[in-house]
This record gives sequence, structure tokens and C-alpha cells, in this order.
Amino acid sequence: MFHDVNGHTSDDMDDSEVNQVEPATQRPDQAPVLQMRDITKIFPGVKALSDVSLTVRPATIHAICGENGAGKSTLMKVLSGVYPYGTYTGDIIVEGREMRFRDIRASEEAGVVIIHQELALIPELSITENIFLGNELRRGVAIDWRSARARTVELLERVGLREDPDTPIKALGVGKQQLIEIAKALNKNVRLLILDEPTAALNDTDSEHLLGLIRGLKDRGIASIIISHKLNEIEQIADDITIIRDGRVVETLDVQQGAINEDRIIHGMVGRSLEHRYPDRTPNPGEVFFEVRDWVVQHPTVSERYVVKGSSLNVRRGEVVGIAGLMGAGRTELAMSIFGRSYGRFVSGTMTKDGAEIEVPDVPAAIRHGIAYVSEDRKSLGLNLLDSIKRSVVAAKLSKITHRGMVDAREERAVAEQYRKSLRIKTPDVNNGVSSLSGGNQQKVVLAKWMFTDPDLLILDEPTRGIDVGAKYEIYSIINELANAGKGVIVISSELPELLGICDRIYTVFEGRITDCIPAAEATPETLMRSMTSLNEKAHA
Amino acid sequence: MTSTDTKTTEQHGFRFSDIRGMFGGGQSTARQFGILGSLIAIILIFQIFSDGLTLSPGNVINVMQQYSYILILAIGMVMVIIMGHIDLSVGSVAAFVGIVLAKSMSEWNLPWWGAILLGLGLGALVGAWQGLWVAYVGVPAFIVTLAGMLFFRGANQWIGDSISVPVPREFVTIGAGYLPEIGGIPIPYNVPTLILGVLAAAWLVFFEWRTRRQQKKMGSERAPLWVSVVKVVLLCAVILGAALLFGSGRPGTSFPVSGIILLALVILYSFVTNHTVFGRHIYAVGGNRQAAKLSGVKDRRVDFFVMMNMSVLAAVAGMIFVARSQASGPQDGNGWELDAIAAVFIGGAAVSGGIGTVIGSIIGGLVMAFLNNGMQLLSFGADTVQMVKGAVLLVAVGIDAYNKQQGRPSVLGFLTRRRRPAGEFAGIDTTPIGARAMETPPAAPPAPSPRSAASQTPPAADDSATKEPGSR
Repeated sequence: MFHDVNGHTSDDMDDSEVNQVEPATQRPDQAPVLQMRDITKIFPGVKALSDVSLTVRPATIHAICGENGAGKSTLMKVLSGVYPYGTYTGDIIVEGREMRFRDIRASEEAGVVIIHQELALIPELSITENIFLGNELRRGVAIDWRSARARTVELLERVGLREDPDTPIKALGVGKQQLIEIAKALNKNVRLLILDEPTAALNDTDSEHLLGLIRGLKDRGIASIIISHKLNEIEQIADDITIIRDGRVVETLDVQQGAINEDRIIHGMVGRSLEHRYPDRTPNPGEVFFEVRDWVVQHPTVSERYVVKGSSLNVRRGEVVGIAGLMGAGRTELAMSIFGRSYGRFVSGTMTKDGAEIEVPDVPAAIRHGIAYVSEDRKSLGLNLLDSIKRSVVAAKLSKITHRGMVDAREERAVAEQYRKSLRIKTPDVNNGVSSLSGGNQQKVVLAKWMFTDPDLLILDEPTRGIDVGAKYEIYSIINELANAGKGVIVISSELPELLGICDRIYTVFEGRITDCIPAAEATPETLMRSMTSLNEKAHA
Repeated sequence: MTSTDTKTTEQHGFRFSDIRGMFGGGQSTARQFGILGSLIAIILIFQIFSDGLTLSPGNVINVMQQYSYILILAIGMVMVIIMGHIDLSVGSVAAFVGIVLAKSMSEWNLPWWGAILLGLGLGALVGAWQGLWVAYVGVPAFIVTLAGMLFFRGANQWIGDSISVPVPREFVTIGAGYLPEIGGIPIPYNVPTLILGVLAAAWLVFFEWRTRRQQKKMGSERAPLWVSVVKVVLLCAVILGAALLFGSGRPGTSFPVSGIILLALVILYSFVTNHTVFGRHIYAVGGNRQAAKLSGVKDRRVDFFVMMNMSVLAAVAGMIFVARSQASGPQDGNGWELDAIAAVFIGGAAVSGGIGTVIGSIIGGLVMAFLNNGMQLLSFGADTVQMVKGAVLLVAVGIDAYNKQQGRPSVLGFLTRRRRPAGEFAGIDTTPIGARAMETPPAAPPAPSPRSAASQTPPAADDSATKEPGSR
């Protein structure tokens, strides 16, 4: 639920560096299974992909790496027909034939099957029903369940699963569900299997099994594209690696030809120059005033799954603290559980503010204790898009402008006007709806809303996602000034340069654990990425 | 109230947005403006075809009495619908409260005021029961109130043995009574009705004046003076005209008591939805429940009280109806929920929640009322009336849905929309990425001075805090 919906790249298109595209070495005897040529996809205001080319050789595993928002998922959506022909430019050639997919069905008919990170299985239906959903075997008008079941048994065998085909999906664990998805793909006569973060939700044993299966498919001539943040897996399994950054292909590495290791991949993923994109900052941190210790949180519905596993962190007054971690590492979950336990099931841990232990069982309590949380998902968690700017600004602390039970319209307007001026929210009138604003200005409204609650600690989750460069700079300036005013700020971001540019200290998170705490001055994207992709056993800072 | 573009305020002549601004300004107003136009059109058309019968004193009094309880239900229903819920039980709850009320007076000899208190209490109890299931057990309101619809209909017939139970005379006043006559003044009008009208007009003038004064003090933009004048004159004419109309009925009739109750409730609930924290929370939860929760709104509590409030208003409606028909019967309130829901949707509320106003729903209810009434005056059968009402509901909401899909406002909204200076701000930035990058090079953003800008920032928050130290 709190995962990235990828597809929009950051706004770093204007990076002046020119990226070399090295095409994968072609062997003359093998016609590629897939060629994507000069794919360009533009969203309103954002060029998500520009001239991306990709070649998948037959019977190989092709990994695509890149930071969150680099354009991986967009590329896969173009390939699988989610974005139909005509909404992008460029050519897709599958086994020598140019394809113009109108929808997912068309791409599946051509043998290109995508398995999304969020599985598309229906929990209440059985394995058989799921595998044949939308693809039902018929005898006359009726569904031929007998043949379907027999075929299912066969498919389950191929993916190494011993389950009754009548078992409902909800009775299976995530690992097995993943295998069912693959069985479903095999049933569609797949030529090219695309797996988006297949192991993100799996434990090590299940991951091993899944990767083994993908290798098995390769031996039987089925090529795969795998998108993963787990670089050690990629290193093990991939034949070719294409690295995408800011909507462009940076390079394509042939694993058999060169010594490819994690460091090499990380370098490709983050290797962009840090320009003057951040306001100057002279940190002046004070005392530690906020501390979380041994924080443990369970998944809201799956009780055996821990999303935060004993994390501790602290914040000083006037300090900007970063949290770096990949998608699904538990950053947002940690932040939201601190903010009045608004995510998951709280298990244990203590919170201290200004030297005293505090209880924050719900959001109103968090606001009372001066904690503010700006969500990563502005549109679905941060704002009521039906509301006006002025009403949004005061929404989190109406009590401040309520006298004798009446919300004071004059004060409301005055407050909104004040923030409109100080944060430079671009609108002619604070009576306008927030939906009329651009992303950057909407984000300023959200910031205003939380500044209005007089917080001591602000947790900003992806504060610059999906907003343009100029607005980003303004947001950074606001963060800076909040810290200078003696507030503690926690910034969660997927963009490492951003964290390095604005933070004083950065925690790294991997699989629900805080793996490291590095002063920003000493950190590099490479060191951060290393701690974000493995459990190095450094002590918790 | 009218808000105009900063750039164009200084000198402009006539603009449609000013006219729309007469009725409040803001996003949902275009819809209300449209439906208000439809209401006026419907009344005028029937006025012509019924040879002036529609706007005769007897008829308007009749419409007011006959539909006041539906309009009262619409007030509660719009809040339920803003929350994204629905309440199907209101007709049955009204009937259930009505029968208990009738029994309490005729058999247990409760005085009429005691019976009214009992009725309100019973409504609150029923509402708390349903609210409990919706808010805290998490059963969808559709199911809870469908169950309530069946249950309380049965309860009505069980308590009343499926026969009519009469109510005493003194109780009848709240449903069928009028403002009293004052003897000795030789004019052919009912004096209290006229006084009411004059008071309302005076309050309107005062309110407009105060708003303008406040806007001036705040230094915010104001609509041109002529707009305010035209607005006040028009509205006063409508109010005073209505007062004359209601006051000139046959002797003994005047503005009905049920109308007074309705007016009081409209004012009360407009205030609650617009100016109280609770009202804000209704829109917040209805508009985006997750965001509201993360802003510290206790959404379940809001669910609970909105459902409870609906049943209290259903009890009020039921009592007025019983008083008017002088008895409580087993079929009372049949189909009311549907009339109330239709009124709310015609009045511009959204099925998905978050949008709707009390005033809009009242206008929507009046559209239904005058349509019904006008067709009856023209001797259309009940069958035809039903069909037309169905069609009107579908067309009204259909136009809305169509416009939303097309991403443009209604025809009237289109005519009256504000003209924005190009490039001032836009929902979607369609500038090609290259061009945009040239406009705002990352190294030198347009920020004049982030330092000075933000140094004002924290005081902005602290300032208002010091004003009210007790607000924490």
C-alpha cells in the first residue's frame, strides 16, 4: 500500500552529461527475443523515458537496475502494453516482428508476460481458477474444469509446487503465490517473462527457489527480464545488466565478459554529479531531543511479518536527519508508526521527547506532542483534493482558529495568506481548490498545513517527489529554515544526492532494520547504497 | 465573497463571475447556481401553465407543509452522503418514532411536549444504534440502514397493530399549524409572517455589509459594489415577496410552523457544516478518509455522530408528518429515504462523498417538490409524476457525471468561470522538459532569497499560537 508507484522520473533530465549507450554484444547466431528501440515516453511535464534501447538475447536473464523513479517500471509498462502503442515513440520488436500492443492482452498473446510486484491473484479463488482467469478452457458454453485442473497439476509440477489445485490462493504464502503467477505465465505460452521486484516480499529460502526456477526456465529457452533492488541476486543470476538512470540507459553490462560486482552496478546507478542544487547549509545542531528506541512494528494484516525490526534513532534540535532505504525497506512504515501508530501493529519500543518518555497511541496525540508527518503520497494521504487551499492549510489544527465552537473564517484566511506569501504558494487566491495547484505548490500547502501545527519534529516522506527542479529548491530552503528555527527534521528520500545535499546525518534502512548512521559529510552515494542493500553488521548509531 | 484575479481586479466592467459570486463563489457553487436556475425555471413554467396557481398563497403554503419533512430529511442525508454513506432507514425510523409518539400521547397520556422529547430521544437512540454498527463494527451503512429500514418498519406495525393511532389536537400544531394572527391591524396580511420576512431581509443586508467591511479590513479583494447591491436587492425582493405570498392566504393560514422548523434547521445545519470543527471533519473524512485520519481526525467518531444525527432528524420529520396527518399509520414514511436521497443528489452532492451542501440539497428538494406539485396542479397522474421525477434525477446527475468526465464545468459554470492569466498557475505543466529546464536552471532557481523568505516562515506559525495560548 505504501509502495512506490513508479513511472515518473525525477526532474534531473537536464543533467548535461551525455551517457554512452553500449549495446549488448550480439551473437550472430542468435536473433534477439526482444528489441526495444529508442523508446521515449512523456508524461505531462516529465520525460519519463528518453531514447531507451534494450536488447534481450534468447534464453538469457536480463536485469534492469536503477534507482526508484529511474524509469524501469515505465519501460516495462510500455513493453507490456499498459501504455498502449501511440502513447510512446519507438519500436518494440519481439522475435523479429514489430509489435504494436494495444493492451496487456495483446502483449501476452505475443508471449510477453509481466508479473507485477503487487501480485494480481484473486485471494478467494482457487489455484486453478486463478491460472485460467480470463483464459478459461471451454467446452461449449461451460468451463471445462476437468482439463483445467489436469493442466494446473502439470503447471504446478513445472514450477516445483506440490499443492492441491483447488486450494484457495489466500491459503498460500507470498512465495508460493509468486510461483503460481509464474505457472499462470507458463500457461500463456510465455516467450519473455518480466518480473518486477519478484523477491521483494520473499524470505531467503523462497527467493532461492524462485531464482532457481527462473534459471530453469532459461535452460528451457525462456528469456526473462528481472527488475530488482537486491544487487547480490542480480550479480548471481543475470547474463546482461542494463542500468537506467533518469529515464536514459546509462550502460549495458555483459556479465560473462567483465568482472561485474555490486560496486560496479551501484556506480552506474548513482553516478551523477552533484551540482548546486541545494541551498547552502550551515548545520548548527543542538541537544538530542527526540529518540526512538528498539522500535518493532508488525505488518497490519500479516502478523508474523515484521516491517520494522528493532530500530533506534535520534534527532537533535536544528538537525536534518535523512533516512535512506530502497522501496519496501520499511522507511515509510517506520515513520508512520512513529506518527501515532498510523501504520501496522505496534509491538514494542519507546519514544522519548525532551527527556521524557511519551506515549503516542494515535495521530491526535502525535500532533499534541509536536510531531508532524508529511506523507510520500500527497494525493491520497496528504490532501483532500476537493478542498480549498485555505481549508487545507488549517485542517490539521482547527482548534487553533476555533473560538466558541466556531471556525474563524477571517483567521483562516489570514493564516492561509501568510503561508501563501512566506512559502510562495503560486495561486491568485487561497479560496481556490488545491487541485488547481501544481505538484510543487500542493506540496507547499501540505508543508504549511503541518507547520501550522507548531511541530518540534517534522517527518518529511519523499518531500520532493514528482515536483520540478525550481520547486524542489524552494522545498529544500523551507527544510533548511525549519531546522534553523530549532526544529528537528527527518527526511526520507529515494534520491541519494538529495539526502546528501540537505541532511546532516543519514540513517540507512534495509529490510526493516537500521543498518548504519553516517554523517552526511562523510557519506557517498556508494557507501549509502551498500548499507541500503545489505545487512552489514555495524552497530546502530 | 467574490474572489477575482489579482491582476484584473482594478478595472473591469461586467463579468459573469461576479454574478456567480452573488451566490457564494467557490467550486461547488457552479452546480448550485445551475440547479437554482432550474428551480426558478420550473416554478415559472408551472406558473404559466397553471394560470398562476403555482405561486398562489394557498399552493405555496401547501408545498411548504407537504414537503417540509422531506427537506428536513435531506439536511441530514446530505451530511451522510458527504461522508460517503447512505441511510435507507429514515422513512421507517420516522414511522417508528411517530407511532411511539402517538401511543405515548393517546394511551400513556404523555403531554405533547413530553412526547416530543420522547420522540427526539428515541431518534437519538436509534441513531446511536445504527451509528455504532457503521462506525465501530464497520458494517457498511447501506447494510445497517437496510436492516434498520426493515426492522423499524416492522416495529411500527407491531407497536401500532398495523392500524392508525390518532394524536391529540394540541400536538397537531407543529405539522399543520401557522403563525398566529394578530388582531386589530387592518391589513389583509398575516402580520407575524411579514415581520419574519422583514427581519430576514434586514439580517441579509446586515450580513452583506459586515462581510464587505471585513473584506475591506482584511485588505482582500471585494466584488464591485453594484454586485453586492444587486444581490441584496434581488434576495430581499424574493424574501419579501415570499412573505407577502405566505401572509396573504385565506384567513387563518400563514407561514406554517413546519416551515419555521425547517428554516431553523437549515440555518443551524448550514452553520454546523460550514463553521464548526465537526462540519469540517465531515468534509475532510468524506473527501479523503486516509488524509483526514493522518491529520488527526477521529473518523469513526464522525461516522457515528453523522449517522446518529440523521435518525434524530428522521424523528423530527416523522413527528411533523404525524402532526400534519393527525395520526400515525403503518405506511407512514414509505419511500421518504428515496425522495431525500434524490434531493441531495439533484442538489449537487457526489456519490463518492466529500461534496454537497445543505443549501444545495434544499434547492434540490424544492425542485422535486415543485415538479411534483406543478404536475399535480396540471392533473398529471401519480404514475407520470414518478416517471418524470426519475428522469429528472438521472438527467441532473448525468449532466454532472458527463461534465466531470469531460473535465469541464457545467454549461453555466463554463460561462461563469474565471479567466486566469495564462501561465499564472496551471494544474498540469505541459511545457516540454527542455524548455522548462531552460526557464529554471537548477543552479539558479527563481527564489529571490530563500533566507529572507523562510525567516518569516516560523513566526507565521508561532504568531497565531501566541494569540491563543490555551489552544494546545
